[in-house]
Amino acid sequence: MRSAALSLRQRLMLQLLVIAAVLAVLLYLTVRTVAGRAAEATQDGILGAATIAIAEQLRGSEAGVSVDIPYSAFSILGSISEDRIFYRIDVAGQTLTGYDDLPLPPKPPQGQAPVYYTSDYKQAEVRISAVSRPVLVANRVEPVLVMVGQTRLGQAAIAAQVAKVAAGLGIGFFAIALVLSLVSARSVLRPIDLLAAAVGRRGPRDLRSVEHPTPKELRPLVVSLNGFIARLRAALSRTETFIAEAAHHIRTPLATVRTQTEIALRQSEDEATRRTLRAVIRAVEESSRSAGQLLDHATVIYRAERLADEALDLAGVVRGVTEALRPTAELKDIALRLDAPGPVPVRGDRMLLESAVRNLLDNAVKYSPDDSEIGIAVRAEGARATLRVQDRGRGLGGKAKADLAERFHRGGNVADVVGSGLGLTIVEEVATAHGGSFDLSDREGGGTCALFTLPLR
Amino acid sequence: MRAVHAALALIAALMLGTAARAFDMEEDHVFPAATAQVAQLSILSTTDTAVFGPLIAAYQARHPGVAVRYTVASSQQIYLAVTAAAAPGYDVVISSAMDLQMKLANDGYARAHALPPGVALPGWAQWQDRLFAFAQEPVVVLLSRAALKGLALPHTRRDLIALLRDDPDRFRGRVGTYDVRASGTGYLFATQEARQSDSFWRLAEVMGTLAPRLYTSSADMIADLKSGALVLATNVIGSYAAPQFPPGSDGQIVELQDLTLTLLRTAFIPRTAQRPDLGGGFIDFLLGPEGYRLILASGLPPIGGAAFSDAPHLRPIRLDPGLLVYLDRLKRQNFLEEWTAALVRH
Repeated sequence: MRSAALSLRQRLMLQLLVIAAVLAVLLYLTVRTVAGRAAEATQDGILGAATIAIAEQLRGSEAGVSVDIPYSAFSILGSISEDRIFYRIDVAGQTLTGYDDLPLPPKPPQGQAPVYYTSDYKQAEVRISAVSRPVLVANRVEPVLVMVGQTRLGQAAIAAQVAKVAAGLGIGFFAIALVLSLVSARSVLRPIDLLAAAVGRRGPRDLRSVEHPTPKELRPLVVSLNGFIARLRAALSRTETFIAEAAHHIRTPLATVRTQTEIALRQSEDEATRRTLRAVIRAVEESSRSAGQLLDHATVIYRAERLADEALDLAGVVRGVTEALRPTAELKDIALRLDAPGPVPVRGDRMLLESAVRNLLDNAVKYSPDDSEIGIAVRAEGARATLRVQDRGRGLGGKAKADLAERFHRGGNVADVVGSGLGLTIVEEVATAHGGSFDLSDREGGGTCALFTLPLR
Repeated sequence: MRAVHAALALIAALMLGTAARAFDMEEDHVFPAATAQVAQLSILSTTDTAVFGPLIAAYQARHPGVAVRYTVASSQQIYLAVTAAAAPGYDVVISSAMDLQMKLANDGYARAHALPPGVALPGWAQWQDRLFAFAQEPVVVLLSRAALKGLALPHTRRDLIALLRDDPDRFRGRVGTYDVRASGTGYLFATQEARQSDSFWRLAEVMGTLAPRLYTSSADMIADLKSGALVLATNVIGSYAAPQFPPGSDGQIVELQDLTLTLLRTAFIPRTAQRPDLGGGFIDFLLGPEGYRLILASGLPPIGGAAFSDAPHLRPIRLDPGLLVYLDRLKRQNFLEEWTAALVRH
């Protein structure tokens, strides 16, 4: 399948060049043949004229045939090319004068017109013109044959020159064809390049159908591509809807289980039973949180495509989430210290931003030891709105942020803490969807510093 | 009589293309090598040894190991020798009989030779890459100043005809020209003049009435003019006459203003050459700057287009296959008949 490996441009160029080469060779051969024939016709014409000029000087008398060869007949032949000249005049088969071994015509000439033929004579190729004239000799009509031959050096020289010109023409033609082929291949393939570039420029989540203007031949491809994109989008949407539904359907019964368990805990007095019930409550809490994150994640993915674009105050959003999380933090005696000196205007989707901030703070609370402090700072720095969350947790454990923000990936040092591995993924996705960034770094003196930025409004 | 015999042999050769007899040489001279001989260059030529001696000496100064055999023969003998392969081994053939040289080259007896890049020969002075001219010599009229005795010097053929017609007694038996039946060079001059000048036949008729003396070489005509046997000679090779008649002497050299033919002395390498490389080297030497200088010093005018633009009456005999026409058996027969009728009265 070598041919399949050739690019379209290579195929097109190759075919155009093969065609150009064939045409160039044809051009060369045509010019050569036509010019060669013309040169031969020219030589024949002059030879014929010389032969007739001699034939016109034939005189018959009682004594026999005499001829007075005109000087110009040979001189003109000689002035056109430096070719050797031979002649022969036969009367009734006997050589009257000239070269008596000059080859005779293959068949005797008829009528007034000369016949032309090529023969080898005196180590050279000779073009010969022969004409026959009846001459009255002593009351008898004798056929007189006049032959004039000339070597073909002049013609060969013309042919060589023409061949050179023809070769030049052929090469020139091929060179022009080469340039035009390049231009043409580029122009023909340009829509494909443009389409490929347009599709390649799309972001990883861009599942809009392709509306790029394309030539008719590419329409089926684009239609198929769009059909494929639509099916993918539908499948993705169905999956996310399913996850959201599932999370929702899990969370509601979990809430009921938790309430019932708490009631049971309050009513129970057996210490073993109470321990069990507390473990159940913690597990339900984690399950509920995981389901919440799954829902958040599905929401993020779903909403990232059609982002609500409203004017928001990031500081306000952070404050709201912090207040909501404070009771959970107080269970572990963790202080949330919010530092938000003024409003930080951004544009974005409130729901997504709230989700990102909640996951960020949730993570900080989850991995902070009891009786510690979490610093939360919201600032406008240059063109960016920044949110820094600093805890005294266990740090990154040598893992890179890129790994931690991956879906369902968790740090290596958190086996004892329940988690889904979705939290940081959500944060990252929200940042990217808003044109912002998310970064994690180890904090001096232990702990982690999370930096979430957005463009300022 | 020998010349007539040779002419008959030439006619036979032209008819049959071959001749079986060995050729007659006039001079045969070997210039030994200055050092130990490594090679021999053989030259067959119509030009006298005296004229060519300095050129050969200069050539040998450059190539001390080369001995040079220099053979002089008439142009017809040279033609016979080359066509009959009676004189194999010659590496260069030099002749003033352009028509015979042309026929030899045309019939394939000459070898191709590429001139070195430094040597530029005008197109009219060579044919293909086989025949090379190295001297251009005007064909002139010689007159005895004493015999003219105050008469105006003729400048055209018309003047000449009038001169001969007006005073026939002064010239009777004392005009000379080539016997074109016996001399190839004379035949070439006469045919070319007949072709190019309207006055040729009238002049021939007038000379015919004056009992002309017929010669086979320019040198003999020059000698007879010097001795006083002739008062007028036509179609003399000018380069032979010039050293014999310096300004102030009795002989007057006239280039006719209506038309003065210019002979090209040509050389080629025969196909049967033993050392074509040496022959080619000698031709390159002749046409090179040193050869040019030596040719000039020897009294032969070297090739140069300026002579023709400076003197419009000078016309080179064209080195082309037209020269073959007068060698045609019938053409030659017709011309000789007509010429004999005009010049020779019995």
